[in-house]
Amino acid sequence: MVHWDAIAIFIFFFLLVTILGFIAARWRQGDLNQISEWGLAGRRFGTVITWFLLGGDLYTAYTFIAVPGAMFAAGALTGWYAVPYTVLVYPFIYLLMPKFWSVCKQRGYITAADFVKDRFGSAPLALAVAFTGILATLPYIALQMFGIQVSLAALGIPLSTSVLGINVDFPLIIAFLILAAYTYTSGLRAPAMIALVKDVMIFIVLFATIIYIPLKLGGFGPIFDAVHLKAVASHQVAVTKGTAQTFYDILSPKQFVAYSTLALGSTLALFLYPHSLTGILSSSSQRVIKRNMALLPIYSLMLGLLALLGYMAIAAKVKPASSNLAVPALLSYAFPSWFVGFAFAAIAIGALVPAAVMSIAAANLFTRNIYKEYIKKDATDTQESQVAKITSFLVKFGALLFIAYLPTAQIITFQQLGGMWILQTLIPVYIGLYSNWFNRWALLIGWLTGMVVGTGMFIATGLKSTLYPIFGVTMYVGISALVLNLIVSAALTPIFEAVGARRGRDITLASDYDDEEAPVEPAEVGREALG
Amino acid sequence: MVSRPSRSAIRKNRRAFLLLLVIPFIVLLWPPFYNFTDPKLFGIPFFYWFQLSWVIITAIITAVVYFVRA
Repeated sequence: MVHWDAIAIFIFFFLLVTILGFIAARWRQGDLNQISEWGLAGRRFGTVITWFLLGGDLYTAYTFIAVPGAMFAAGALTGWYAVPYTVLVYPFIYLLMPKFWSVCKQRGYITAADFVKDRFGSAPLALAVAFTGILATLPYIALQMFGIQVSLAALGIPLSTSVLGINVDFPLIIAFLILAAYTYTSGLRAPAMIALVKDVMIFIVLFATIIYIPLKLGGFGPIFDAVHLKAVASHQVAVTKGTAQTFYDILSPKQFVAYSTLALGSTLALFLYPHSLTGILSSSSQRVIKRNMALLPIYSLMLGLLALLGYMAIAAKVKPASSNLAVPALLSYAFPSWFVGFAFAAIAIGALVPAAVMSIAAANLFTRNIYKEYIKKDATDTQESQVAKITSFLVKFGALLFIAYLPTAQIITFQQLGGMWILQTLIPVYIGLYSNWFNRWALLIGWLTGMVVGTGMFIATGLKSTLYPIFGVTMYVGISALVLNLIVSAALTPIFEAVGARRGRDITLASDYDDEEAPVEPAEVGREALG
Repeated sequence: MVSRPSRSAIRKNRRAFLLLLVIPFIVLLWPPFYNFTDPKLFGIPFFYWFQLSWVIITAIITAVVYFVRA
């Protein structure tokens, strides 16, 4: 069934946002042919813009589609871990990021790989970090595209049309091209501007849903009663059929480790992603970052409430074609179609913004640490910026491959998969902020071990889950692979030292890391930027 | 390090406040603390409202640490 009024509203907001994106290119104009202008907006963002930008790229289709879908399908374990995860990420970053911001600002780094290269004096290690950053971003971008696809599908737009025997997803391709076009012309300014609009739309949808739907369903009591009944039913099915229980309303003791490692792993992973670092590095000072760590939890609250939409879908007895469609199905069930159009536009745009930021970040990485390092050492600023723009386009195609070849039944797995990969860069990047003790070759072998073993465990689950038993305890593969990585790196460090494969030369200075002494941008620059 | 005794001494004291940021980790990464249905709040099981309330508690802790400039 096609709802034309919903589609009209959807298109209106979509166009509005697209136009804003193009206007954004002129906002606080800098020379977009410089990569730090296109990719970091000249490191000038203050508290408010940084808040929207970080919020915009952290709260994504993951929040609106994947988490509620997982709550709908599996309950407490694979869905609700997102709440402790998004609580813990801020205190963690508060401790760590000012140091990282300082050293990047002092030495002009724009990626984690830049830092690793200087800290450990190792080009191969920097290449490994850059490669992992790009790879890990792909499933995350894929998750966003999937979110757009889901909202278009729920509008009733016919999704696939057969062209020469291949199923072509026209709405997805159109959305993809618009995104690519304005990312290409505006750089980071486009997503920051759009994040403002998107968040206003999301907040409206959130308040409407969180107030209206529980009222319609008779309050939270009946909602959680329905959830409990589903868990009981799932338990009975498991007992009679002798299979594993698939739905839990609270954790079984056997899931404690899985729950904690998913939360901890995601916490540690989030700011290793190139796109989150972009958000951090484009802020104008450390105070801006710290302030944001106290302000961003508003989004975590939002995430928790949105997660409960998955449970409301259970109570409303909607029957989506897949669990990922739980939220769209619930919205269609509860609201008139004009509001449904608005809500789906919010979800689609909410996925576009992070997809843009993620592809910009991956492009920065490629340009800085692969193209300029290995392909064209003497690239001019203009060439560098050009390559970044083209790469930002290409990574979106890479993401499409993930949608095409991995099972999408539980789309939240995509975030966990990216997390597992990016966690393998934690030692050189985060521990590297505090110490250069590790030997570069040991780190490289540790990284490789973590990547191979982690990916292997994921494949062993049939590409379906990132939970794998270690000594009989089911846990998140990101954490188990990271622990292995750490053990290998630590054990090999003295061995490499002994055989004479020396540590690389650390060209960063102790003062580069000092978070209080770092010079603050002169005030005039800020005023100029505002004017 | 540049030596500035008075300032760095103050900063060292304030640094202790950073330990506050560890509290949410201890609480939330240990599910036996909150893996219960009761007491419910507005019909929401303890497991859910307890963890949601830590969003706010952690934000307050972070704000406190920010204002003492640790």
